[in-house]
Amino acid sequence: MEKFTTHTGRAVPLCRSNVDTDQIIPAHWLKKVTRSGFEDGLFEAWRKDESFILNRPERRGATVLVAGPEFGTGSSREHAVWALQNYGFHAVISSRFADIFRGNSLKNGLLTVVLPQETVERLWSLTESDPSAEITVDLEKREVRAEGVTASFELDDNVRWRLLNGLDDISITLQNEADIAAFEATRPAFKPRTLPVS
Amino acid sequence: MGRTLAEKVWDDHVVRRVEGEPDLLFIDLHLLHEVTSPQAFDGLRLAGRKVRRTDLTIATEDHNTPTLDIDKPIADPVSRVQLETLRRNAAEFGVRIHSLGDVEQGVVHVVGPQLGLTQPGTTVVCGDSHTSTHGAFGALAFGIGTSQVEHVLATQTLPLAPFRTMAITVEGELPEGVTAKDLILAVIARIGTGGGQGYVLEYRGSAIRSLSMEARMTVCNMSIEAGARAGMIAPDETTFAYLKGRPHAPQGEDWDAAVEYWRTLVTDEDAVFDHEVFIDASELTPFVTWGTNPGQGAPLGSNVPHPEDFADPQERVAAENALRYMGLEAGTPLREVAVDAVFVGSCTNGRIEDLRAAAAVLEGRKVADRVRMLVVPGSVRVALQAVEEGLDKVFTAAGAEWRHAGCSMCLGMNPDQLAPGERCASTSNRNFEGRQGKGGRTHLVSPQVAAATAVLGRLASPSDLSDRFADVAVEA
Ligand code: SF4
Repeated sequence: MEKFTTHTGRAVPLCRSNVDTDQIIPAHWLKKVTRSGFEDGLFEAWRKDESFILNRPERRGATVLVAGPEFGTGSSREHAVWALQNYGFHAVISSRFADIFRGNSLKNGLLTVVLPQETVERLWSLTESDPSAEITVDLEKREVRAEGVTASFELDDNVRWRLLNGLDDISITLQNEADIAAFEATRPAFKPRTLPVS
Repeated sequence: MGRTLAEKVWDDHVVRRVEGEPDLLFIDLHLLHEVTSPQAFDGLRLAGRKVRRTDLTIATEDHNTPTLDIDKPIADPVSRVQLETLRRNAAEFGVRIHSLGDVEQGVVHVVGPQLGLTQPGTTVVCGDSHTSTHGAFGALAFGIGTSQVEHVLATQTLPLAPFRTMAITVEGELPEGVTAKDLILAVIARIGTGGGQGYVLEYRGSAIRSLSMEARMTVCNMSIEAGARAGMIAPDETTFAYLKGRPHAPQGEDWDAAVEYWRTLVTDEDAVFDHEVFIDASELTPFVTWGTNPGQGAPLGSNVPHPEDFADPQERVAAENALRYMGLEAGTPLREVAVDAVFVGSCTNGRIEDLRAAAAVLEGRKVADRVRMLVVPGSVRVALQAVEEGLDKVFTAAGAEWRHAGCSMCLGMNPDQLAPGERCASTSNRNFEGRQGKGGRTHLVSPQVAAATAVLGRLASPSDLSDRFADVAVEA
C-alpha cells in the first residue's frame, strides 16, 4: 500500500446521497481479475450523461471527491475503491460512509474522511462556484483545509499509523503467528471443517 | 454486566487483544466465489504465501454462471476467464470448490447453510456483503473486501474494529400473507440505509423466534441494506433441528458438545444494547420498494410517495432522483404499477421455502402475457428438491422460465438482465439503479408478492388474486 501523508488537489462535488457501489462500478466490470483498469467503469452509467459533473472539462484532473451521505453502500466490491483510485482520486469526503467500503478504502490507501454534513456542504459550495479551488487532506494533522474551511476529522490511531507508513496488514498479523497457532490449538473439535466428509 | 450474543461470539474468537489495536479475530469459515477472490489469490502468489487453513475454506461459482445451457462453454469470454481463474486458484492452493455442474454448486450464502457449514457461534466471512445471511444461525458473519479475503486466506484471522449492538425486537404474530421479506423491508424503511452503520443487529422477539431457518436467513441477509456490520438471531431448537444430519454438522459426541455450547449463545438478560428498535409484528403488511435504495419502501397498499413528504433535504432529493429513474408519478397507488418482468431467486429468497411459496400462488394460474418471469433456484440442491416436489412443473405450466442455479438477475453479471426501462418485481435484495441490467427498474418484493404480481402484471399480493377469482366466479 502506498503511504498517505497529505494530499492537495482540486475537487469534484458529488451532491447525491446513497451513492452505492453498483453506481461507483457496475457489476459487469467485476469480471476483471486485476486490480487496475477500472477507471472507465467509474460511475459508468452517470458518465453517459454529458452534463454529469465528472465529464465537465474543468473537473479533469480532480483528485478529491466530496460526496453526499451514505457513500459506498451496497456490495462489498473492493473494485469500487480501485475504480476511484484508478481514475485518480486520492481522498473521498462524506458525512457518512458504508462500513465495508470504508474498510476497503483504508486498506488501499484511499483516504475516506468523515466530516459533518454542514462542512461537506461548505466544500460543495466552494468547489461548485470555483472548480479550481483546492482541498488539502492532511492525515498527519487530521485536518481538511480549503479556502474558508479548516476542519479536523477523526481517524483511528492504528489505521492512521498504517496509512502514514503504508504498512501491509498481512505482514503485521503474521508477526503474531504464534498467537494464531495457540488459538488454533484450543478450538473445540466440533467446529466445522470444509474438507469433504467421508 | 451480561453480554449480548454478538459480544459472546466475538469474545470467543479473539486471538490477540492489545490496547490501541483492533482485536485480531479468528475466522471459522471462509467462503469464496469468483468475483472478489482473483486479486486476493494473486496477492498470495506475489508474496509467496499459502492458504493457511484450506480446511476452513470453500469456494463456489455463482455470480457469473449462466442459468441456461450450462453444459455448453460459457459464451461471455470475460465471465469464462473469471470462473477459470477461480478453478485454477482452487487447484493451485488446495481449496475445495463446487463448480458449475456440481451438485453442491449454488449461491455462496445458500450453499454454506445447506451443507451444515454455517453453525451457531462461528465467525463466517466472505467477499460478499450478503454474508450477513449466515447470522440467522447465531454466527457472527460479515462481508469483507478483497484485501481482507487475502488476509483471511493468509492468516485465517482479521483485525476488526469494535462494533456497537442494536436489538431489533419484533413481538407478536405476522398477519397472514406477511413474510420475513416484508418484515425486513419494513425494518430498513424504518431505520434507513445507514441506520445500522457500525452495529451488529440482533433480531429478537416472538415473531423472530417463530420464523423458520430459511425465513431467518431472509431477514439476516438484508441487514447489510440497513448498513449494518452483521445481523444475528440466537440459535434455538429450530436452528438445531435444521442442522441435525447435514453433511458438515457435528455428529455423535461432537453434536452433544456443540449443542451444549450453542445453548449458551443467547443475550444475557442483564446485557445492554447500544440501541433498541421495537416493531409490532401485527402492524406489518406486504411491503415493496418504490425507489432506488432498499430503504425507499412502503406498504403495497399505499401510494408512491411525494418527495415533499420527506422532511430531510437529502432524502427529498434522493426521492426525486429515484422517482425520475423509476419512471413513477408521486401519488400513484403501488398496486397500479405494471411490471415487465418478475424474478424469483437470489440469496434472499432463492431457497426451497421461497420457491414453494411462489409456486403455491402460481398453481393453476398463468403469468400475465406481457410479463417475463424467471425462477432461479439458489442452489442445485434447492433445484433438485423443487423438481422432486414438482414445483418446476407448476412454474413452467404457469408460463414462467425455470432456470439453473446462480445469482442470475439479482445483479445481472450473466446474460439474465433487464433491458433499459424494463420494470421488475424481484425477490432479491437491491433495487439500485442498473442493478438488474442497465436502465432496469427494480421493486423488491416477497416471493408471494412476486408470484401474484406475475399473474396480474402489476404489483399485487396473493389476496388480490382471490378477489379477482371471486369476481370471475360471480360473473360466471
Ligand atoms: S444472489 Fe445476489 S446478493 Fe446474493 S450473492 Fe448473488 S449477487 Fe449477491
